[in-house]
Amino acid sequence: MNLPLAFFGGVDPWIFAFSFVTVAATIWMGFRSARTSKTASDFFVAGRSVSVGWNASAISGEYLSAASFMGIAGMVMSSGYDALWYPVCYACGYLFLLLFIAGPLRRFGAYTIPDFAEGRYDSPLFRKIAVCFVLFIGFFYTMPQMKGAGVTLAYIFPGMPYWGGVVLVGAVITLNVALGGMKGITIVQAFQYWMKMFAISVPIFVLMAVFGFYNGQLNANAAPGETAAPAVNVERKPLVEKAPKDSAWIAPFGPLTTKAVSAAAALPADQRAAFVAEHQKPYSLLYTYSLIMALVCGTAGLPHILVRFYTNPDGAAAKRTTMWVMILIGIFYVFPPIFGVIGRNLMPELYSGVGAKGTDKVVLELPTLLASRFGVLGSILSGITCAGAFAAFMSTFSGLLVSMTGALAHDVYGRMLRPEASPAERMAAFKIAAVIVGAVAIVLGTFVENLEINFMVGQAFAIAAASYFPLLFMSVWWRGMTMKGAATGMLTGGLLALGAAALTNLATLALDKGPMGKIFAGFKGLNDFWAAHPLLRILCEQPAIWAVPLALVLMIVVSKLTAEQVPADVRMKMLVLHAPEKLGLKQEYIEEHAAGAGH
Amino acid sequence: MSHPTPPPDDAVHSESFLHTLMHRQLRLSSACAAAFLLVLFGLPLANYFAPALMATRVAGFTLSWLVLGVLFFPAVWVISFLFIRRSIALENDEVAQVQRERGGAKS
Repeated sequence: MNLPLAFFGGVDPWIFAFSFVTVAATIWMGFRSARTSKTASDFFVAGRSVSVGWNASAISGEYLSAASFMGIAGMVMSSGYDALWYPVCYACGYLFLLLFIAGPLRRFGAYTIPDFAEGRYDSPLFRKIAVCFVLFIGFFYTMPQMKGAGVTLAYIFPGMPYWGGVVLVGAVITLNVALGGMKGITIVQAFQYWMKMFAISVPIFVLMAVFGFYNGQLNANAAPGETAAPAVNVERKPLVEKAPKDSAWIAPFGPLTTKAVSAAAALPADQRAAFVAEHQKPYSLLYTYSLIMALVCGTAGLPHILVRFYTNPDGAAAKRTTMWVMILIGIFYVFPPIFGVIGRNLMPELYSGVGAKGTDKVVLELPTLLASRFGVLGSILSGITCAGAFAAFMSTFSGLLVSMTGALAHDVYGRMLRPEASPAERMAAFKIAAVIVGAVAIVLGTFVENLEINFMVGQAFAIAAASYFPLLFMSVWWRGMTMKGAATGMLTGGLLALGAAALTNLATLALDKGPMGKIFAGFKGLNDFWAAHPLLRILCEQPAIWAVPLALVLMIVVSKLTAEQVPADVRMKMLVLHAPEKLGLKQEYIEEHAAGAGH
Repeated sequence: MSHPTPPPDDAVHSESFLHTLMHRQLRLSSACAAAFLLVLFGLPLANYFAPALMATRVAGFTLSWLVLGVLFFPAVWVISFLFIRRSIALENDEVAQVQRERGGAKS
């Protein structure tokens, strides 16, 4: 009985109540829809009958993760201007998806990316290769969601350890997915978008009304060239030692993108200053471009988002859905940076915190500032942002869980291991796969307390940008692609980006002063190496700038070398991808394939 | 949802039809992407070469912060709106063209 009591010590009843209601509502909706979805295809793509409005809300709901809700605010607070690239590219990446991929992919009509990979190249082998990346990208993406869960629960229950929150939330969502499937989640995700929008916008408007608006708060920070901040009447607490200076924080090329060069400690003291002065800005421009590429191309290659486009009735609806998604999430993304800006002025003590106590929790804690003036209102608004955070990591985690589970159950079990399995066996496989994937994600999540949420999501995007984006882009627009070219490019680009991201994380964890530092102590040497070679560190931390072109070049070169293996009916496939549905080509293609199978 | 299946010798199966189809759509997509990339890759360059200008205060924001944190989103909505309108018009045009050719072949 000791443990639960410790958890409930110091819990704010309002914050607890709002969070509890969100979790209970999500679970209830999951169970309710479990009764109405019976067949396996219901589970995989929600019966393909979702309208543009519902679908756009659901995609936005699934997309706005812990990174969007908590991570952006935390990173804007810790790093300033450079962190703004994250929300902008998270939203604008959809433009690439819209311009080059959404319409054709929907017309081709396959359940998942592995389905598309197999159909486009008539190769079951390629399906197996493509499935791996659903899992790679998925697990990288679940880690920051788990950190969001750990941070939020550690905030609500001050006595709870970080890992406790990860295990609890992970187990609840895994159960929900195993019982509900995707049909339920379409409704739940759409509902959760509106909930997140409410939870981020209402508290920030109240905070701005009380403490000063976005522009006024920003005006309290002195830009480079200004001797003092223009606004002197805005309330501001003194910055702590660990916080970046005003001019570095508000201007481009700040701490986020220059940290690799600033760490060039291996050089003798007299050379250091000259080295930093010469290389800091060019390298941080390179960092910025690589980050932009990762986020913009990566959005177009996220497996759990692409699968949703198959729930559009046709290609034109897929395009309209994408545009609505950009509007819905674009409005959302204006708000989180404001939390970071106000947090810098009024809650600078978070700069000294690490892990679950650091800047990543600014969205949750900032509304409590109101408590001194308006009493319980502060707790209520903090409860609302906590509820939004729950909606954020729960919706993204369940979306990822569904696509990873789908890959395991539909591709690995249903296609590779036991193609003759009955529908009942497939349903059982789906549930078992959900539990396995959920358990692995929870274990990974317990390791990442010291990594920034937003940074980890950026890594998942970089892996997607170097694997699925080149695959989809080239397969849709170039007739000369062969299976071998596609596989070589996707595997090389994707695995190198994956390796670079993993190395960066391991080296960061090795710096930890707690137990993680001991586990990963073997990677300490890497930090010394990077201190001597800052350019290599940047290329490892943000691999997109070399990994994406590498994947594209390999695809072209290997396809040219194996040109005789271009699928025989490539013209028909291209017609299906590009011709409007009204011409009826899709139907003919299916009939042809069905006839071919009969021989 | 069900549309009539075209006969195998239909105009849509010609090499020239596919070529025009992909070419027109790719040209539209590339034009929109170029407009987007110009802004996306231009902003870091402006920050790099004109830091003083980008640090100018506009209603409390620095110019650079205002562009990236607020104005970027509506700009992208405009590009996507124009793209969708043109792209759907293009599709309708293609369908009309094919139907005209089919009508012409019969008479």
